[in-house]
Amino acid sequence: MNVDASSRVEADSAPKKRWNLFQTGRGRMLLVMLAATVFGIAAVYLFGEKDSALVTQTVVTGLLLGGVYVLVSLGLTLIFGVLGIVNFAHGAMLTMAMYLVYFMVSSTGINPYIAVALTAPIMFGFGWLVQSTLMNRLTSDVGHARPLLVTLGLALLITNTLLMIFGGRPQSVPSPYAGSVQILGALADVPRIIAFLGAVAVAAGLIVILRKSPLGLSIRAVAANDMGASLVGVNVKRIYAMTFGLGAASVGVAGGLLAPLTSLVPSVGDQFTAIAFVIVVLGGLDSIPGALIGGVFIGLLQSVGSLFLPGSGSLLLVFAMFVLVLFLRPQGLFGAKQ
Amino acid sequence: MTSQRVSPTRTHSGWKWSLPTGARRHYLVLAVVLAVMALLPLVVSESALPVVIRTLIYALMAVGWNLMSGYGGMFSFGHAAFFGVGAYTNAYLLTAFGISPWIGMIAGAALSAGIGVLIAYLCLKYKLAGSYFALATFAFAQMFLFLTFNLEFLNKSEGINIPLLSEESWIMMQFDQGSFQYYWIPLVLLGAAVSVSIGFVYSRSGQFAQAIRDDSTAAESLGIKVMKYRLIPVALSCAITAIAGSYYTQYYLFIGPEQAFGLHASTDAIIPAVIGGIGTIWGPLIGAAVVGPLSTIVAGFMRNPPPFLEFLQGTSGLDVAIYAILLIVIVVFLPKGIYGTIREWIRK
Repeated sequence: MNVDASSRVEADSAPKKRWNLFQTGRGRMLLVMLAATVFGIAAVYLFGEKDSALVTQTVVTGLLLGGVYVLVSLGLTLIFGVLGIVNFAHGAMLTMAMYLVYFMVSSTGINPYIAVALTAPIMFGFGWLVQSTLMNRLTSDVGHARPLLVTLGLALLITNTLLMIFGGRPQSVPSPYAGSVQILGALADVPRIIAFLGAVAVAAGLIVILRKSPLGLSIRAVAANDMGASLVGVNVKRIYAMTFGLGAASVGVAGGLLAPLTSLVPSVGDQFTAIAFVIVVLGGLDSIPGALIGGVFIGLLQSVGSLFLPGSGSLLLVFAMFVLVLFLRPQGLFGAKQ
Repeated sequence: MTSQRVSPTRTHSGWKWSLPTGARRHYLVLAVVLAVMALLPLVVSESALPVVIRTLIYALMAVGWNLMSGYGGMFSFGHAAFFGVGAYTNAYLLTAFGISPWIGMIAGAALSAGIGVLIAYLCLKYKLAGSYFALATFAFAQMFLFLTFNLEFLNKSEGINIPLLSEESWIMMQFDQGSFQYYWIPLVLLGAAVSVSIGFVYSRSGQFAQAIRDDSTAAESLGIKVMKYRLIPVALSCAITAIAGSYYTQYYLFIGPEQAFGLHASTDAIIPAVIGGIGTIWGPLIGAAVVGPLSTIVAGFMRNPPPFLEFLQGTSGLDVAIYAILLIVIVVFLPKGIYGTIREWIRK
């Protein structure tokens, strides 16, 4: 069921080998991408004919936007990368987490960042439930269309249930740390910095879980070869449910950290679904560092691109990039070669 | 996923047609269905007519989507691209040059088929399959959406309004509000689209396309030109969906980027086909007949809800939530859709 299952085993079984930046495909891609980013930004400073303070502001905004994107796409790295489910409900799950935080904050008045700690387990339970009651009925099916259609239905269901409960009027979750600080002469919103740090923390947490815990070992085993994993005694369906749950919990954290940044309407998460797919494919399906770098790159591309292509033009750039990656390097920039 | 097969043509002296019996049966059913449906506006109330017309547009989109994704086996998640190209081609040609929507419709269908073939060719050339094919088509639809938002000649986010004429005109496809022509035209278009589907499915190239869908390696080893026979259903599919787009513009007299290229335009093509039955002739029609009137029925029901549902009064979103649950239940428990499942029962 997974695209590069066999290559993943190789990549995982050789961690002792020194990781040479110039010799592995991933290392080269990382260098190319860093160089492209640095040269791109330098070119904008030198030849973009824009005010340099404005460019700095755009770069900082882009980095922080990248943090938001990373946060949203980490969960999808597990759900799409490991389970192979094209989760069209990703944005709706994000909205659901945001409304959970909104509900807790508005009914009890607790600090929204404490509410995040409660949202993550609730979302874990939701994800676990979705996988074990619905998706696990489909995984024996080789078709990819059915899981996609179920998540599409789920997306519509979540969005419209939220609409029925909370109505369409925009709501807001006030952040106790509102305000902004100066970074390199550019203004940065504090809640956005918290979201960025949260993204790094969630990524680190997921890497630790995947690399060091028994659950992570089972997840990697199932991802590499589910038949083999079940032969050595892994309960594959349970691991699927745990993986979806873990992905949903990451979305829960994302929703909690993003709630103070957005004006909350039931469709607020939809815009993130597509971007999250772009980032996960760009970063290489199940690569968490890939999602981190991919997210920051897309944030920068969108933000700096908007200097030259106003409005939604920079999103056009993002999707053009996506199609190119799909065609030319479908394993993602940091995925191992199939 | 095998669906209809060609039964051996009977050489019985009574039969004059050389059509396969399966196809002939479908054409007969189609003729009866069209004849009955043509009389529908004489029966239903005037306020129900827009719902029926919307259902016909859904059906047309779903019939189109089904050719590429059901019979061709290439799951498109970006049919909004083709719907939108049809809609905008018609709207632009009409407002900029005063060209008749009938010609705009044909031009839109041709352009859309060309674009669809190009996109599918690129996706197949780079060996995108399964989820990746779906994501690539989705990305193209999104690109069209953002492109339209930025194109001056398409009026950016404002969209294009079709000027209202003072009198009825067949050439400009405008009639008095509530005219039955607004119903009969899409009915004829739908009839034509279903005929094309039946003709394609039972034709040589349709059989090749289905063979490739079921096992492309085996088909190729038999000497079938895989790329060619995959692109034929794509072209037909995109053209039909574009015609639905053109008619949509003409009926609502407006098209904007979100209506044309938004995600829901793609899902409006997919969901009726899935609910009715993917890869069947009648599935998309049955699915559209279920999905099209749903929101109106739910809205009517909620105006006077039973006591235990009164708390829902005045909220919006219930119709789509029901439709979402229906979609999930059908995909999980009846993967062949309503028509596909019933057909299986009958055959047993």
